[in-house]
Amino acid sequence: MSVQSLEIRRSSASVWGSPSGMRSVPTVAKYIDTSTCIGCKACEVACQEWNDLPPLSTQQVGTYQTMPTLDAGFWNLIRFDEREVEGGLMWLMRKDQCMHCAEPGCLEACPAPGAIVQYANGIVDVNQDNCIGCGYCETGCPFDVPKFHAKTGKMAKCTLCVDRSSVGLEPACVKACPTGCLHFGTKEDMVALGSLRVDQLKKGGFTTAALYDPQGVGGTSVVTVLAHADHPEWYGLPRDPHVPLGVRFWKNILRPVGLLAIAGAFVAAVGHYFNFGAKQVQGSADSETNLPQV
Amino acid sequence: MGLTRRTFLKAGTVGGSLALGFDLHEARAEMREFKISRTTETRSTCPYCAVSCGVIIHTLGDKAKNATASVVHVEGDPDHPINRGTLCPKGATLRDDINNPNRLTSPKVRRAGSDKWEAISWDDAIAQIAKHIKTTRDKCFVEKNAKGQVVNRNPGMAMIGGCTDTNEFNYLQWKFITALGIPYRDSQARV
Repeated sequence: MSVQSLEIRRSSASVWGSPSGMRSVPTVAKYIDTSTCIGCKACEVACQEWNDLPPLSTQQVGTYQTMPTLDAGFWNLIRFDEREVEGGLMWLMRKDQCMHCAEPGCLEACPAPGAIVQYANGIVDVNQDNCIGCGYCETGCPFDVPKFHAKTGKMAKCTLCVDRSSVGLEPACVKACPTGCLHFGTKEDMVALGSLRVDQLKKGGFTTAALYDPQGVGGTSVVTVLAHADHPEWYGLPRDPHVPLGVRFWKNILRPVGLLAIAGAFVAAVGHYFNFGAKQVQGSADSETNLPQV
Repeated sequence: MGLTRRTFLKAGTVGGSLALGFDLHEARAEMREFKISRTTETRSTCPYCAVSCGVIIHTLGDKAKNATASVVHVEGDPDHPINRGTLCPKGATLRDDINNPNRLTSPKVRRAGSDKWEAISWDDAIAQIAKHIKTTRDKCFVEKNAKGQVVNRNPGMAMIGGCTDTNEFNYLQWKFITALGIPYRDSQARV
């Protein structure tokens, strides 16, 4: 069983993708409720286990956090933070992972054809066979997710367990979560679930609760309920993530212009050849041997 | 402008290659296999704590004569009423727990006064435990308390159950403990 049945919506460094439009697949999403996460890290372990990633040495960063950032061999990290709010201390936890943006900055920045693909169901994946390990995707990602794996020389990140979801199973982290703060389903259902929970939180006194589904990257396939959505940076999330302007300019303006220039030059050269023929060397005593005039 | 057959072919070849260059790559979405599609599934109980989560152990091969099973993946059992598929971080590491070369797979005994664990067969272990139970019970048995009431107590022993024991097993265990008159008992049934 492979994931070939998943059509590709978009592919890196390709002028157009390869969706045939034959099938209609719902966009899938992961729901994270930071307000019911207890920081047990079952998701971290389940992720390592399912993806056969060997254990890494942990790094003490002053909190319960396993390591400072995500790693090429560690795709799912619970971030811990403490913030003083009115009436006490908030101990915040957030599951950090690839957000699977609808308009992925990594895919846009990637220069290797087919190295980063977006499947029809919205999952963004790195195809290591095509990856050249340049690290541009890390630059293009507003969430700083893809990481370089030194041993393989390739980039790696969360795949939303595409091997599981393509056969109808939920991702490993979602399945393991003992408090049920993680859910998996269609994007539509997960947004509805998030809205319900946000209403609940608001009634419970968290007036700034909201669903984090940033529209700057076209929405994400990982929707996060934040009790303090007025301070997404408390959770290590950017307030208004966008694909970097440089990447946008390069890919949307510079690259098409460059391609047009190449095509234009070629068309001009062919046209010139057809209209005027090969270059004629003339006016020399040596013209019969076709040597350039000195 | 004269278009000879030769120039037409030349232009066709160059133009064709250019068109291919534009199409760049037909990416195929074949990246990784579903690693447990044909593993053998065995239901079991997580041995860590008394919550007793149900797990499914995935082993290599289909139990055919020439296949040696080896644990490749463990995940929660969605049909188990206690955890409904979920696991804690310890339970989620069960694959490595089972494959750990230091895991105890046969009984061992540390004799009184010894500082070493010795290997012992199951038959010997059970026979010797039975002998110890008999000796201790005979030595410590209290038939009547200070007031002369019949109590049939065996205060020289205590008994603790295992967290993965089923209801049925706990029922039998309770009967056994009561029959021996052991007052200090815990079936570890926390749920």
